[in-house]
Amino acid sequence: MEGRIAMEHRPKRWEILRRFPRRRDQLLPVLHALQRANPRNYLSPDDLRAAAEHLRLPLAAVYDAVTFYSMFSLVPRGRHIIRVCRSPTCHLLGATPLIGALERELGIRAGETTPDGLFTLEVVSCLGLCDRAPALMIDEEPFGPLSPGDVGALLARYREVVR
Amino acid sequence: MKAFAERKILLSNVGLIDPERIDDYLERGGYGGLRAALERTPADVVEELKESGLRGRGGAGFPTGIKWEFVLKSRGKTRYVVCNADEGEPGTFKDRVLMEGDPHRLIEGMAICGYAVGARRGFIYVRGEYALSIRRLERAISQARERGFLGRGILGSDFSFDIEVRAGAGAYVCGEETALLESMEGKRGWPRIRPPFPADHGFRGRPTVVNNVETLANVPEIVRRGAAWYRTLGTADSPGTKLYPLSGALTRTGLVEAEMGIPLRTLIFDLGGGPPEGRELKGVLVGGAAGAFLAPDELDIPMDFGSLRRIGAILGSGAVLAFDDTACVVDLLGSVLSFFAHESCGQCTPCRVGTAVLVDLLARVRSGNGDASVLDAMRRVTEVMEVASLCPLGQSVGLPVGTALEKFRGEFESHLKRGPCPRCEAATEVHA
Repeated sequence: MEGRIAMEHRPKRWEILRRFPRRRDQLLPVLHALQRANPRNYLSPDDLRAAAEHLRLPLAAVYDAVTFYSMFSLVPRGRHIIRVCRSPTCHLLGATPLIGALERELGIRAGETTPDGLFTLEVVSCLGLCDRAPALMIDEEPFGPLSPGDVGALLARYREVVR
Repeated sequence: MKAFAERKILLSNVGLIDPERIDDYLERGGYGGLRAALERTPADVVEELKESGLRGRGGAGFPTGIKWEFVLKSRGKTRYVVCNADEGEPGTFKDRVLMEGDPHRLIEGMAICGYAVGARRGFIYVRGEYALSIRRLERAISQARERGFLGRGILGSDFSFDIEVRAGAGAYVCGEETALLESMEGKRGWPRIRPPFPADHGFRGRPTVVNNVETLANVPEIVRRGAAWYRTLGTADSPGTKLYPLSGALTRTGLVEAEMGIPLRTLIFDLGGGPPEGRELKGVLVGGAAGAFLAPDELDIPMDFGSLRRIGAILGSGAVLAFDDTACVVDLLGSVLSFFAHESCGQCTPCRVGTAVLVDLLARVRSGNGDASVLDAMRRVTEVMEVASLCPLGQSVGLPVGTALEKFRGEFESHLKRGPCPRCEAATEVHA
């Protein structure tokens, strides 16, 4: 069993897991921590196996939970996750043109990652930012209200940091 | 007639204190409720809550004191307090404002609850997207521990209680209390069949109080100032104040607090500033996506549990989503239905299939493909969902559908006759 998780960033992963008691109710906290530590912002097969092993759960139980919750990803994502809200309030106040502007500016469709690995665009149910609709979050930072014309300047702030 | 305005009790500190400094909270009387509770017996505190008439602010409106009494009198020795902070109802952001702006009020309310029901551990299940709420709560909890408001032997008593924050991971259904408990146990958030209720069989099978953030935030003042004071606020049926999140086509969106029973008209026109210049109010979705559409001739309705129930609506989260004459109700209902189809957990067939069928039927209305029988089909689907769905998610979809069809029927019929309006056309260009 040990050998199977011996690949990418294993020592770091062990450092993370040791903080969590080996109980099933720790599954979501463990998955959040592993995903946060993964440079590609997702849960790799090795992450899943490590979580299962640490919590003494069948791998299927871990996979089951991961696929249920929208914040966990099984595919690599960009450095920044853009979560754009399409709740009824945001929809009413212009989420659709905002999503369109984001797709054009990023050159990708919702659910995809830019080729440079900088952004992933996700369309989500409701962010609880209805007083600032239409709204989005980039990583943990909320923004709104936004019009399609605001998108370029907003993304530029994140692009500049990289250069 | 009573004159209504903002009345800040839960929000009395928000924006005025630094939520990351416990001293700010203490200077304004914070933790006085916990101190007062510890001087009384747990049964006494539960009695005070019962007398206050506080009803759960998560949407169902169940009397909080009675819920606490179930747990206090339960047989199990290990008991838990769980705060439902999985706020995800569209149009709703009240719990976020409380947690970000005055986290100690929630922590104090939970500690009092723990003392009253005999629990030693509490959990706050916060939706994963609320990163700032999580950070503020964690900081507040560690400050409360340092000052002896949490931990072993609180304030020199023999009562011990501690709180842990748990982050959700993006699933609206986890706002349903038994789905939330499943999620906390490390499983997919599938609602449990009730009974048994969490008061008997909650977190890890133990007796558990599950209360909403706003409910628990009411507790410190009730204990500090008494049930009689609390009952001077609001209505006999729904005592206290309520947080009303205002959103949509309003001049001033944001969170307001007012006494229960404030007329919807006052919320929209006085506190929300009415629709933007030159526009007319067309309707309001009250209580969240799982709430009811109201027409402009229903604005005098008092915003409390009983009054809304009497007209076939619900208070729900208290959310007020206003829309003006530039909006299309068919399009707006389409957004509501897409939300439910996406968030249906898939466990029970009526909801999993029903939400998908409703999305398809609405698409036919949008594009003008069909006749009035499409609208009848929508009603039949929601009737099945109301009686046969496992949890409130599926059971409540009939409310927005039924009220939209009833109050804005002409708009649905005109789409069927003439085809899509510009708003519907724009909305269907997008995918995902």
